[in-house]
Amino acid sequence: MGQQILKEIKINDLLTEVLKVKNEGYRLVAITCSSKEGLELTYSFDKDYELLNFRFEVDTETEVSSISALYPYAFLYENEIKELFGANIKNISIDFNNTLYKIPVKTPFHMKSSELEVKHGK
Amino acid sequence: MGNRTIVPFGPQHPVLPEPIHLDLVLEDEIVVEAIPRIGYIHRGLEKLVEKKDYQQYTYVAERICGICSFMHGMGYCMAIENIMDVKVPERAEFLRTIWAELSRLHSHLLWLGLLADGFGFESLFMQSWKIREQVLDIFEETTGGRVIFSVCDIGGVRKDISFETLEKIKKILTDVENELEEAAKVFIGDTTVKLRTKGVGVLSKQLAFDLGAVGPMARASGIEMDLRSQGYAAYGKLDFKPIVDHGGDSYARTAVRIGEMFQAINLIRQCISLIPDGDIKVKVTGNPSGENFMRIEQPRGEVVYYAKANGTKYLDRVRVRTPTFANVPALLETLKGCSLADVPILILTIDPCISCTER
Amino acid sequence: MSILRMSKTLFKNLFHGPYTVLYPIKQKEKYVHTRGKITIDIDDCIFCGMCDRRCPTGAIKVEKGNSAWSIERLQCIQCSYCVEVCPKKCLKMDNQYTSPSNGKVRDEFIKCTNTQSLNE
Repeated sequence: MGQQILKEIKINDLLTEVLKVKNEGYRLVAITCSSKEGLELTYSFDKDYELLNFRFEVDTETEVSSISALYPYAFLYENEIKELFGANIKNISIDFNNTLYKIPVKTPFHMKSSELEVKHGK
Repeated sequence: MGNRTIVPFGPQHPVLPEPIHLDLVLEDEIVVEAIPRIGYIHRGLEKLVEKKDYQQYTYVAERICGICSFMHGMGYCMAIENIMDVKVPERAEFLRTIWAELSRLHSHLLWLGLLADGFGFESLFMQSWKIREQVLDIFEETTGGRVIFSVCDIGGVRKDISFETLEKIKKILTDVENELEEAAKVFIGDTTVKLRTKGVGVLSKQLAFDLGAVGPMARASGIEMDLRSQGYAAYGKLDFKPIVDHGGDSYARTAVRIGEMFQAINLIRQCISLIPDGDIKVKVTGNPSGENFMRIEQPRGEVVYYAKANGTKYLDRVRVRTPTFANVPALLETLKGCSLADVPILILTIDPCISCTER
Repeated sequence: MSILRMSKTLFKNLFHGPYTVLYPIKQKEKYVHTRGKITIDIDDCIFCGMCDRRCPTGAIKVEKGNSAWSIERLQCIQCSYCVEVCPKKCLKMDNQYTSPSNGKVRDEFIKCTNTQSLNE
């Protein structure tokens, strides 16, 4: 099984780190987001079956700049995170403006289940 | 400068197995640009972790998709087993590999039928699905279901296959192999098939790498990437090489998938001859705590499972990144410059499984 | 120009007859392990409620006070989790499916707990 490395970075270092791995020939695998108190973003890159993860924490107001200038296909992942979790990602190359999934409730994954049921009138 | 029109390639289309919407910008019948829109069958399955505990979630994870259902269950169970440091017995690993390779066989046969239907060759579509019925009968005999198996569990598998059934599977696979050779001759050699697929939707090796293509789509452009060579489950003990083609067009993708089918039959025969005796399940107690990324090779490409647990019986987060999600940008790139009549074939060559993509 | 590559298969199919089964007049044989529906030996049941807690869809309801065990047939996904966790092993997976119907189908089983003998 390949290696899995996790690195905690700061938001301002995101673009420099991504540029470094792009020059080394890594490919973007996935961008994951999980929410407890605040949002935790994880960017995963892979080369020769070795997985490298960058992680940092934000909240819904902090601006995160998009990496779609370096990896053009990151726009799908970033649009999904913006719509489901409400992260504030700027300068995505193709921005759907919260119409990718067209769900009636805003940012459903960032709310607790009980709030979601109240909103739907259960 | 011709006239630009926008044609919606709607969610309902006879050639699509699942709904996806594309807005095609056409200039006199040549496609200039394509804008995707997905989200028609979004079920919010990742939010169900808050209500189902980590053992009940195995059944939810299996039902993400109907075609690749066993691999989803296996990937989820392996991610949780890595978090809890559970060692699965060896017989269970071989059984999982046998079912996984049979899944790959039935998925590629389904895709071959859909491709033939896409360019109008209906009798070939019927023949491919007739061969597929024999594989589904093997599933029903060993696991109880034709499409959703409910046989993979945290700590092993739930049903065993007896020695007589394994010999029967070998005999059925010989029949399947003979019939498959007949069908493969038509796909590779027939002139009408070649006219519709050669030179259509060419993706060069550099573009495939830059756009993040995975699975047979990347292997048909020359990138040698197959996660089975990492050796998860019983693949470390089997002998095989990834199948790579250098054409980059739809004909090459068809050839890669047909090659993978024959390789799957070969791998199942190796498994049946090497399978050891022993337990099939290990008892698992307690709650998981920690996180893990697990990557396996589905019929459509590389799938990533991320599970995060915090010590209670409800997981924090489960994320599934499916291969069709990674292949959509490559699809949008191959659509540029093709004519309108080739659009259905190109969408089918990435093997779209939209219910996996949207969970 | 090779356009007649399928002729061998086509010729064989002309003389074979249909590969499909004339359903519902003739039915295909079910296998031993086919997952159809859950059956219970109600006399062995102790109403512990394990199957109720573990069912992923919540199709089983156990009432200890009335000695009743009921299952919602169309909500059951035939996963056999209840069969595995039952401590008395009184649940079994039968290989015939429930037939389709309109609306909900709830099957209820009540255990007879009459302890008076016939002589009294």
